[in-house]
Amino acid sequence: MTEQSGSESGPAHKTLEIGMALLIGAFGLVVIFGSLKAGINWGAEGPRAGFFPFYVGAAIVGASAINLWSAQRGDDGRLFASWGQLRQVMSVVVPTAIYVGSMPFIGLYVASMVFIAWFMRWLGGYRWLTVIAVAVGMPVLTYLVFERWFLVPLPKGPFEEWLGL
Amino acid sequence: MEELANLFHGFAVALQPYNIMLMIIGITLGVIIGVLPGLGGANGVAILLPLTFSMPPTSAIIMLSCIYWGALFGGAITSILFNIPGEPWSVATTFDGYPMAQQGKPGEALTAAFTSSFVGALFAVIMITLVAPLVAGFALRFGPAEKFAVYFLAFCSFVGLSKEPPFKTIAAMMMGFALAAVGLDSITGQLRLTFGVTELLNGFDFLIAVIGLFGIGEILLTMEEGLAFRGGNATINLRVVLQTWRELPAYWMTSLRSCLIGCWMGVTPAGATPASFMSYGIAKRLARRGNNFGKGEIEGVIAPETAAHAAGTSALLPMLSLGVPGSPTAAVLLGGLLIWGLQPGPMLFVEQKEFVWGLIASMYLGNLAGLIVVLTCVPIFAAILRVPFGIIAPLILVLCAIGAYSVHNSTFDVMLMLVFGVLGYLLKKCNYPLAPLVLAIVLGDKAEEAFRQSLLGSHGSLGVFFSNGLVSTIMALGLVALFWSAIQEGYSRLRTSMA
Repeated sequence: MTEQSGSESGPAHKTLEIGMALLIGAFGLVVIFGSLKAGINWGAEGPRAGFFPFYVGAAIVGASAINLWSAQRGDDGRLFASWGQLRQVMSVVVPTAIYVGSMPFIGLYVASMVFIAWFMRWLGGYRWLTVIAVAVGMPVLTYLVFERWFLVPLPKGPFEEWLGL
Repeated sequence: MEELANLFHGFAVALQPYNIMLMIIGITLGVIIGVLPGLGGANGVAILLPLTFSMPPTSAIIMLSCIYWGALFGGAITSILFNIPGEPWSVATTFDGYPMAQQGKPGEALTAAFTSSFVGALFAVIMITLVAPLVAGFALRFGPAEKFAVYFLAFCSFVGLSKEPPFKTIAAMMMGFALAAVGLDSITGQLRLTFGVTELLNGFDFLIAVIGLFGIGEILLTMEEGLAFRGGNATINLRVVLQTWRELPAYWMTSLRSCLIGCWMGVTPAGATPASFMSYGIAKRLARRGNNFGKGEIEGVIAPETAAHAAGTSALLPMLSLGVPGSPTAAVLLGGLLIWGLQPGPMLFVEQKEFVWGLIASMYLGNLAGLIVVLTCVPIFAAILRVPFGIIAPLILVLCAIGAYSVHNSTFDVMLMLVFGVLGYLLKKCNYPLAPLVLAIVLGDKAEEAFRQSLLGSHGSLGVFFSNGLVSTIMALGLVALFWSAIQEGYSRLRTSMA
């Protein structure tokens, strides 16, 4: 997967490895900071709220330091992924982020229709007829299964209100 | 034989028409989940968990555990027909299953895989039936220190047994503990680690983490490879099935060995994936035709499938009897118990007899139903696989979003799911294991509670964890598991630096 021929370029695996170790280490520092705020010593009721997470945070920082050390030591020249592969990944992440972000405003159903249609049309290259069939069919089926059969409410927007659902 | 009576009572519960219907639905959904890339046992169960909130707990666990059995069966279909493991534990099945399919023997390979799965599961269920009540009875005497020691052992075995570097396992696991700690502290009622964000008051829900890490993360990994998908054909008929069944008893030794490996790896939280690899490796070394492994040897299908299914099933033993799940999917099921208002652990066997024995009985029936379903419906499931990923991917993403939303009816959770998804992709690419992370989120609060209660009892002295024979033994085992990997690591480093 990540072993690439020389013609393709991309970020080195080592860079990402180091970045990941730093990111997790930073998360550990945040945990330690938060634990200190909650109190890590003994109170009237025994160990205080930050007691356990403090040591968890310390373990994260410690483990990340070792991971960082071993990441910057070994360099096998492997790529994390080629730019083309990362573009593929981003072409899913970005629209999914927009989909998720728009859900509170336009509801799950409309957002899903647009998202499925976009995905199938631009990434899959399907005919409009197929696209519309799936993009409309799936939310309708979801509505029937979740809201009608199992009585699980899903977020709705102005469109559903207009339909009176 | 009180257990036997309980088991028969359990069969009566599981054989109710409503429960049988749920069983079939669960198996079918499970196989579909196992066949599709990006939907695995753990996050498939997580997505469907909200649908069970209104069901009686026994029916709910029957359906959800059947999804799990179905996913275990389904993983084999894609491995054999398409050389694409639908689940990580079926990777080892591709080694010999796919060559067999290419040699025109897909029916034999599938029959061998399904039957071995069934044998492995059956072995594990019988073990659960016999051993679980004993373990639970024993565990009833556990105090907080012993409880913490069991958690300690479980998490240490992760560090010792996983094939990922130990410090990455520790980092991932501790991240899980930290995420579990966010929100209201259950003992003092104090808020912690929320940094003023009101959405974090209730902490991180592990279901969101599971759906993000396993579901979205897996889709992103698949997207790397592009949308191309190779199709294949499968036929399986009664003649092939019967003929293969006649051959299988000759490999009883491999089966038995794989069952034992699977049960062992399932009870310790190593899980189905290492079990299948280990079983394959040992079978390859010991089999008479071991040199032919990798070229389409039926024994190379039997070994990993039996072990994976035995491990997947026996992962429910510690979950039921100790409240410590042996796999991510078992962890999700354990989360389900909490949501349905049941306290997992030894008290289940005393207070919720109908639930426990209904579940155990459904394991027998569910796996039998699963075997019948997969043997008869392989062509249909193979057809699902031929639906292009360009259609499947957005549908799975939408399903994940729906699942994440319906846990708490919160759109914030859906965004969190995406964050977990990207994180899961990066972690997986950088070789951090996800299972201990998820297990730590599930068990974090309970482990911490046991830890603090023990310390309260001993006024802060860590000596409480070595205060009697039982707790010392469990702790010592945990320490051995923990440092086992450190010793190995040091040893291999020494060797590489010498070389």
